[in-house]
Amino acid sequence: MLSCKDVTQLISESMDTSLPIGKRIGVWLHLLMCKFCARYERQLLLIRETVRGLVGAEETAGGTLWEPLSEGAKERIRKSLGNP
Amino acid sequence: MAKSANPDPSEWVAQYGDYLFRYAMLRLRDRSTAEDLVQETFLAALKDRGSFSGNSSESTWLVGILKHKIMDHFRHQAREAPLENGDLREQPDPSAFDGSGHWTSGPTDWGGNPADLYREKKFLDQLTKCLAGLSPNHANAFTLREIEGEDTGEICKVLNVTETNLWVILHRARMQLRRCLETHWFNKSTEEGS
Repeated sequence: MLSCKDVTQLISESMDTSLPIGKRIGVWLHLLMCKFCARYERQLLLIRETVRGLVGAEETAGGTLWEPLSEGAKERIRKSLGNP
Repeated sequence: MAKSANPDPSEWVAQYGDYLFRYAMLRLRDRSTAEDLVQETFLAALKDRGSFSGNSSESTWLVGILKHKIMDHFRHQAREAPLENGDLREQPDPSAFDGSGHWTSGPTDWGGNPADLYREKKFLDQLTKCLAGLSPNHANAFTLREIEGEDTGEICKVLNVTETNLWVILHRARMQLRRCLETHWFNKSTEEGS
């Protein structure tokens, strides 16, 4: 029987690779019975989805969440390009 | 003019500076490193203008160069700060489980399904703080996997770790990050009702 500690490791692993069938079934059975581990998995997936949304929003919408490049830095870079 | 096959460097900073900087910040979270890499990107582009084919847009070409610089930066960091024992210690949060591997206090209910979190500036700030709280190896592995979307084989090469070690690192990173967001965002906002 897998413990919650084992299952949290396997949940993470399943986000990066495909688990062997035996482990996959073990995790699945555990999640049916364990509210905390099921919640843990949902939350990790929410974090993944949120980070992806963030990347997509930054890259398509030109991003407004981060500060822009400061004027000082722009000036510095312009100068370095003028005298490469 | 910017769309022609002859890139015009005098326009670069005004046109792409902010975009490249934000791209770098999302992955590096450090202002001065991000500024340096944007500058190096422009300098490399200037030197290598001939390689711009005009098949892709200028911004795609520049981002490609920046991405290489960011990967080099991660490679360099991995060499400077090799894995420590602590990076692979089995349990990032020893108090989370009891001796038989059961939760001592399980994850709390985050309420509803906050699907649009990524639009919130404050959430981004908190996520950034939580990532900054991880060891560099953990934060970089998480960034490469979840922000850059690299597969694990590629990440192993960049960070110079085995696949088994990478799984442990990513597990630890996710567990710590989840805990940090729970403490500083989800529980906090329900308590404060904000």
